Amino acid sequence: MTDVVDAPLGREVDRVVIRFAGDSGDGMQLTGDRFTSASALFGNDLATLPEFPAEIRAPQGTLAGVSAFQVQISSEAVSTPGDEPTVLVAMNPAALKSDLGRLASGGTLIINEDAFDERNLEKAGYVDNPLEDGSLAGYTLITIPMSKLTREVCADLGVKARDAERSKNFFALGLVSWMYTRPTAPTLDWIDQKFAGRDAVIAANTAAFKAGHAYGETAELGSHVVSVPPATLEPGTYTSINGNTALSWGLIAASQQSGLPIFLGSYPITPASDILHELAKHKNFGVRTFQAEDEIAAVSSAIGAAYGGHLAVTTTSGPGVALKGEAIGLAVMLELPLVIVDIQRGGPSTGLPTKTEASDLLMAMYGRHGESPLPIVASYSPSQCFDAAIEAARIALVYKTPVMLLSDGYLANGSEPWRLPDVDSLPSIPVEFATEPNHVNDAGEDEFLPYKRDEKLSRPWAVPGTADLMHRVGGLEKAENTGNVSYDPANHARMTELRQERIAMIANDIPLTSVEGSEDARIAVVGWGSTWGAIRSAVRRLWADGIDVAHIHLTHLNPFPKDLGEVLARFDRVIVPELNMGQLVRLLRAEFLVDARPINKVMGQPFTAGELRMEILGHVNDLEA
Amino acid sequence: MANAPVTEKKDWATDQEVRWCPGCGDYSILTAMQLMMPELDVRRENTVFISGIGCAARFPYYMNTYGIHSIHGRAPAFATGLAMARPDLDVWVVGGDGDMLSIGGNHLIHALRRNVDVNILLFNNMIYGLTKGQYSPTSEVGKVTKSSPYGSIDQPFNAASLAIGAEASFVARTHDMDRKHMQEMFTRAHAHSGASLVEVYQNCNVFNDGQFDSISKRSVRDAMLINLTHGEPIRFGAENERGVTIDRTGAAVVVEVADVGEDALVVHDEAQPNPAVAFALSRLASSPNEPTPVGVFRAVERTEYAGAATNQLAAAQASKGPGDLHALLRSNPTWDVS
Repeated sequence: MTDVVDAPLGREVDRVVIRFAGDSGDGMQLTGDRFTSASALFGNDLATLPEFPAEIRAPQGTLAGVSAFQVQISSEAVSTPGDEPTVLVAMNPAALKSDLGRLASGGTLIINEDAFDERNLEKAGYVDNPLEDGSLAGYTLITIPMSKLTREVCADLGVKARDAERSKNFFALGLVSWMYTRPTAPTLDWIDQKFAGRDAVIAANTAAFKAGHAYGETAELGSHVVSVPPATLEPGTYTSINGNTALSWGLIAASQQSGLPIFLGSYPITPASDILHELAKHKNFGVRTFQAEDEIAAVSSAIGAAYGGHLAVTTTSGPGVALKGEAIGLAVMLELPLVIVDIQRGGPSTGLPTKTEASDLLMAMYGRHGESPLPIVASYSPSQCFDAAIEAARIALVYKTPVMLLSDGYLANGSEPWRLPDVDSLPSIPVEFATEPNHVNDAGEDEFLPYKRDEKLSRPWAVPGTADLMHRVGGLEKAENTGNVSYDPANHARMTELRQERIAMIANDIPLTSVEGSEDARIAVVGWGSTWGAIRSAVRRLWADGIDVAHIHLTHLNPFPKDLGEVLARFDRVIVPELNMGQLVRLLRAEFLVDARPINKVMGQPFTAGELRMEILGHVNDLEA
Repeated sequence: MANAPVTEKKDWATDQEVRWCPGCGDYSILTAMQLMMPELDVRRENTVFISGIGCAARFPYYMNTYGIHSIHGRAPAFATGLAMARPDLDVWVVGGDGDMLSIGGNHLIHALRRNVDVNILLFNNMIYGLTKGQYSPTSEVGKVTKSSPYGSIDQPFNAASLAIGAEASFVARTHDMDRKHMQEMFTRAHAHSGASLVEVYQNCNVFNDGQFDSISKRSVRDAMLINLTHGEPIRFGAENERGVTIDRTGAAVVVEVADVGEDALVVHDEAQPNPAVAFALSRLASSPNEPTPVGVFRAVERTEYAGAATNQLAAAQASKGPGDLHALLRSNPTWDVS
């Protein structure tokens, strides 16, 4: 790969936050994604936040149709996509209107002035043209006729004006790449590969990208050039990864480490479908994917495959988990391994399909009838979805239980650099199938007791095809050991306790609570899931100001680490930021009688580090008062 | 699965007490199944019975095979997953008309259209038994039950028509008063590659007693049951005096052979790819009070689903080689930090 960075080196900064915003049809996700890839290959640390409407073709030019992609690139470790963009690329008036409020004061606005015609202004609800009425005076305003310039550069290639205009996002990408001294080769190579066989599209996108890149030079925008040096990352091989891909690969890794083929039963649902898409590609790993007729069939087919000895998985989002509840309860009763992946989104009901929220924790915990406990694992960053998937599969297979794996829309679509693990060092997942009778009855005969438990309180996994171990399982209450149908009151109490106890015992096989920060801290911020990045940044900012605050991030939500209660008791105050109305905080209060305080956000967006810092600071001041 | 050890009926029965009401039609279906199994060259450990919820759904507990008594309506979905994961197994699905046609209607039609290799037995007693006597999706209009004291206003499903409309490759009907015929239909369903549906008319002697008497009692069978025999003109009656023709509208109609002549009769062709005649035959009786076809309506060859899925895996491994996790993690652009 050869590359010429012909922009001046410019001012060097340690981080920038850029937000690309435009109409849904303007290709902003792709633009942001390409900028991210180029930055990752350049060696920056980064984190992204794609935000897009639920509609595939939202009304053009409207506020509802705005699609945006925010990325923070840095020469230091970052864990969030940044609180406030320092640069906003707005491809039309609606994008400007909806996203201007996020831009840092004095930030840079890069605007496609061609889109600011009367019709688009009106659709966005502008009475006067903001480019002309002085309302943007507090920002550095760069207006460029991107549509026109793109059409012109494409005209020589024989590309029709209408088609040419579609390439204007590459013009913007070229310009921003120049301003931030990104290498151009990765993007040019990518265009060649992505549009292979469509020469006119390659030509138009390449020309638009180069025109944008050259524009900075020609228009003498040199004073805006900023460079962000590569970050000092741990040595290793890196790739850029989003949460859903990492989760899919983690499942494949779990399949290899356990020696069991994957069976995925799934029904398409935002934002989980990409896991189905990704796994469907990898049939050479022995992955069977089944696109079922509905959510219930998806989980049911997976349970059928689990009975047959596969690593069974079902992937969905909140509405799907609601539908699967009865079948998950059956899996609890059958004590079969099953990984249920919930990529959470805003609810209730259809809610905010493309926006993030983490409000399914209590559903994961309690969303079934009867006493039906199951382990819950939550991922906390896009790349960590890989490890979380392996951990969920490990618990499912070793303990023969359905496991809920919680991710969310932000992790699913957000990306970050990932230092690739050495696949040879991944833990193996021991799986044993029953092969012979496990009991001698009073008559001295060998027999198989499907609900006779081992020291982990797990029952044997005897798969069809195994001679002499024929047995029937089902949703009716089981007699202890024999697994025969039983309506005996004492037996039901005993089995209910055993089901509870065997999940509780998993606490012996998960890491103890990890506390980040000083021993002397009086405040612990306890999080779970995708709030990790924002809490981590907020806490580090407080440390930089000399304020001791500890950060505890839970990856296991049922059971909790066995020392968690004792650890929390050491703090004067426990605060729990969550993208819901207070779910973990309820579990902690109920479990440990700790006066945990909630910080809640339900806006379909992740926390920013800044807002968390302020909230935590409020508690710091409160304690000191 | 060839060369299975010799077994007899008792080898296929479990030690569990059978808990259907005394006199229930399910007993004779269970007996037919336990008698048939030794005649198939199959092993108990390779056989799985999967059911949903309902009286019929207790069936797996009584078969000494592997089995899952699952949740209401979903048995075809559990079976689909197991059959895809383990194409080496013989998978049977058992359920009633409420289980398969009401709460589980969706799973039934999708299992049939996919043609996954499972044998689906639909015990149709035209009533809800386990919930104590509500009208079912096959109950006739006007049926007075606890939940329809003024008579049901629901148009019933015709299970065979539904299955044929759902692209089923094998559809048959039998009834609980004829063990030999049941065994014959179950054997045919087992031999069929792909999804097979066998509707079994089954008497519920507690909540819907005698529903099928007018067709299945020995004394009326000749006059009321139309045996479908592949390759033969469709005739019935004590003297084979009646037959079936197709009229101008495409409907199957019962005729006197003497009136129309034998050449006018439909020659049954269960392997006919066009489902029109099979569908017309399934519409002959709208309730078990008219001459009713039994036997195999349709048995056509079509790609079996689990095999197709397995072939895709084999093809992917042949073209890409076995999965390499190290390479997968590096399948997008990477960079090195030293």
